[in-house]
Amino acid sequence: MSAHELSLEAYRQRVATNRIGLWLFIVSDAFMFGALLITRFYLLGGRRPELDQALGLIVTSVLLTSSFFMNRAEAMIAAGNRRGFLTSTLITMLLGIAFLVGVIGFEWRLAPFGPGDGAEGAVFYMMTGMHAFHVLTGVIFLFIVFRNGLKGHYSPERHWAVEACANYWHFVDVVWIFFYPALYLIGVL
Amino acid sequence: MKRLWSIGLVRGLVGQILGFLIGMGLLSAVRAVMGLPWKTEPAWVAGAFGGVLGFMVALGAFKDWYAWALGRETPDIEEIEEEPGWRRYLSYSLDHKVIGVQYGVLSLLLLALGGSFALIFRVELARSGMQFLSLNFFNTLIGMHGMVLIISILLGFAAMANFLVPLLIGARDMAFPRLNAFSFWIAVPASITLLSALFVGGFDTGWTAYPPLSIRAPLGMQMFFVGVFFNGWSSILGALNLITTIIRLRAPGMSLFRMPIFAWATLATSIIALTATQLIGLSFQMVMFERLFGMGFFDPAKGGNPILFQHLFWFYSHPAVYIFVLPGLGVISELLPVFVRKPLFGYRWVAMSSLGIALVGFLVWGHHMFTSGMEEYLRVPFMYSTLLVAVPTGIKFFSWVATLWQGRIRTPVPMLFVLGAIVVFLMGGLSGPPNGVVATDLHLHDTYFVVGHFHDTMFGGYIFPLFAAIYYWFPKVSGRRLNETLGRLHFWLMTPSFLVMTFGQMWVGMMGMRRRIADYDPAQGFDTAHLIITIAGFLIGLSVLIFFINLIMSLRRGEVAVGNIWQSRSPEWQLLPSPAPMHNYPQPFRVVGEPYDYGLKGSRYVEPLTQPAGDD
Repeated sequence: MSAHELSLEAYRQRVATNRIGLWLFIVSDAFMFGALLITRFYLLGGRRPELDQALGLIVTSVLLTSSFFMNRAEAMIAAGNRRGFLTSTLITMLLGIAFLVGVIGFEWRLAPFGPGDGAEGAVFYMMTGMHAFHVLTGVIFLFIVFRNGLKGHYSPERHWAVEACANYWHFVDVVWIFFYPALYLIGVL
Repeated sequence: MKRLWSIGLVRGLVGQILGFLIGMGLLSAVRAVMGLPWKTEPAWVAGAFGGVLGFMVALGAFKDWYAWALGRETPDIEEIEEEPGWRRYLSYSLDHKVIGVQYGVLSLLLLALGGSFALIFRVELARSGMQFLSLNFFNTLIGMHGMVLIISILLGFAAMANFLVPLLIGARDMAFPRLNAFSFWIAVPASITLLSALFVGGFDTGWTAYPPLSIRAPLGMQMFFVGVFFNGWSSILGALNLITTIIRLRAPGMSLFRMPIFAWATLATSIIALTATQLIGLSFQMVMFERLFGMGFFDPAKGGNPILFQHLFWFYSHPAVYIFVLPGLGVISELLPVFVRKPLFGYRWVAMSSLGIALVGFLVWGHHMFTSGMEEYLRVPFMYSTLLVAVPTGIKFFSWVATLWQGRIRTPVPMLFVLGAIVVFLMGGLSGPPNGVVATDLHLHDTYFVVGHFHDTMFGGYIFPLFAAIYYWFPKVSGRRLNETLGRLHFWLMTPSFLVMTFGQMWVGMMGMRRRIADYDPAQGFDTAHLIITIAGFLIGLSVLIFFINLIMSLRRGEVAVGNIWQSRSPEWQLLPSPAPMHNYPQPFRVVGEPYDYGLKGSRYVEPLTQPAGDD
């Protein structure tokens, strides 16, 4: 990817190709998350696992807020504001880590069941675990973007990596928008 | 030694062994620190994951991506000149034609292996009573036969698509060459992991791995899961690459409805592979986790439900059979006009029927579960959607017959296999409805009738077209033609034996022979039929052996192919020498007509662009 040698037109053509690749990946991944949702409703139906509502609300707010900063980061690099881009990326990354700590560090410890305890346990740990794994890869992606941003690798015209990272992050966020009600809100205890 | 180390495959294999040991060691160390006792199964699973990762790292598949992550740049595919020679085929190469051949070789190796597994258990079944196999090994072999051949078919599709699609649509290479190489190479350690299941206790579930049996199966089950899981990655990422390539990299003037049919078939196939494969990956992971962590997805005692597995599993595994046959049906439609010298009848309908099969294919998975205890009200809707598949498939048959009608038919070996494919696939199609209709399926389910039916569809939809494609495009790979006499021998030995085999299977199935059993009661009177099926199976094996001999002999001493040996309109024969050069077309071309207008005077499909097209 010798991006700097390419003409701007060639770079745009390449990004258009990359964009299709990324979206196809997201479509594919969405099938997996969809299957997890189906699993949840097939096995638990109208019941929901016993979880800490306050904590669920906190981690959800953290993740949604992070998507806001992700969007700011992308908008700022497109507008040429490198400092703002770096700050927003860093905040997104920290919020992502906070989400992981909230889910893995607290929710997994506080839940009154383990992965081997009934269908609730299996569904809860599989869904949150699979989602957390995606958040983790997103955080790594954000770290790479932040590091390369510090080195000044992105410009308003050429920042495909930032766009890809942002789209991936929003996707992981959207998945949680479906997972949160499925685990915390829908059904009775 | 250094020369040896420069071969990617060698590095990868060493890396896989090291990765296996590291994975196993790390997990055991963590468990020891946590004060947990030694457990074999988690250690092996961690080792299997580590092994696949180790292979890819040692091969160098992550090198360029690592450079990108550090913000460094790597050369463009068009700037890379790879040293010609056989080493390229054993190493990490970015050329789609090399990767296509790599896929093909691995696919044919697995084809030989999976076929041999069948021959072994066919000997056991040739007579009633237990001959020489243990029950567990028999079960392992039937499961391995199924899954190894499924992987072989997925890789064979990838081989054809990788080699052909960029050539057919006039692209320099695939859209993402590094991802392409990754997709192929991950299938190597994955297939090794899958095969390793044979040596760690096997598994007794068959290829479907239904819980609760798969929860209790020996350790080999986990190797099976890990192997299939990573082969799924290969399939998903390969499909992603193919779709992007077809959308973005077509030659100027090649609108969607001027694409070769094979590209349409690849597109439809890739849509299925991209999306549905996730579900088999997930369902196998869930069983894996149920075994490792006691998660009760499929254990009724814990509130789980084994039927859920079947839903998730068949949501992939039924569309998967369309992954297997759509490319083959594409090959039939692609080659038929060449050897009939007539336009393909109803081009648009044929193109759309591939998409139609792909879409309807998503709605039919329940017909595998009529007897499983699935909700009863789902049976009839699934029956109707299943029978609906006959409509787009019928369009294809109608097109083939109408194309053959009044054609000037020539029958070199590729055409023989095309005609064989049509006949055999028709048998597969006609034996399908009895399985799709609830009333008859309740009796036929899990009998040899089903075995006969799907071997007809697999051979007609994949194996025959694959051989046709190899006989047809081999000169583009090697510059030499395959031997015609051996090719005819291959065809005339394989086709009758195959029909005897599957008709025999259907017959014993209707008489009550169950699938997946190592022994049967002599009083049922199957002994002779089973002996004939076994002999027919060995004749198929012999014919494929002749094919392999032909392949190796012709590679060195075959007749040199010069020019457009099939008088095809397709650009790879019109414009390129054989074998096709690196970076494909030295001069870009433009599409100026319809792809299959054979016999129409003065019509052209492609013409070279005299001026370089520039950067757009």
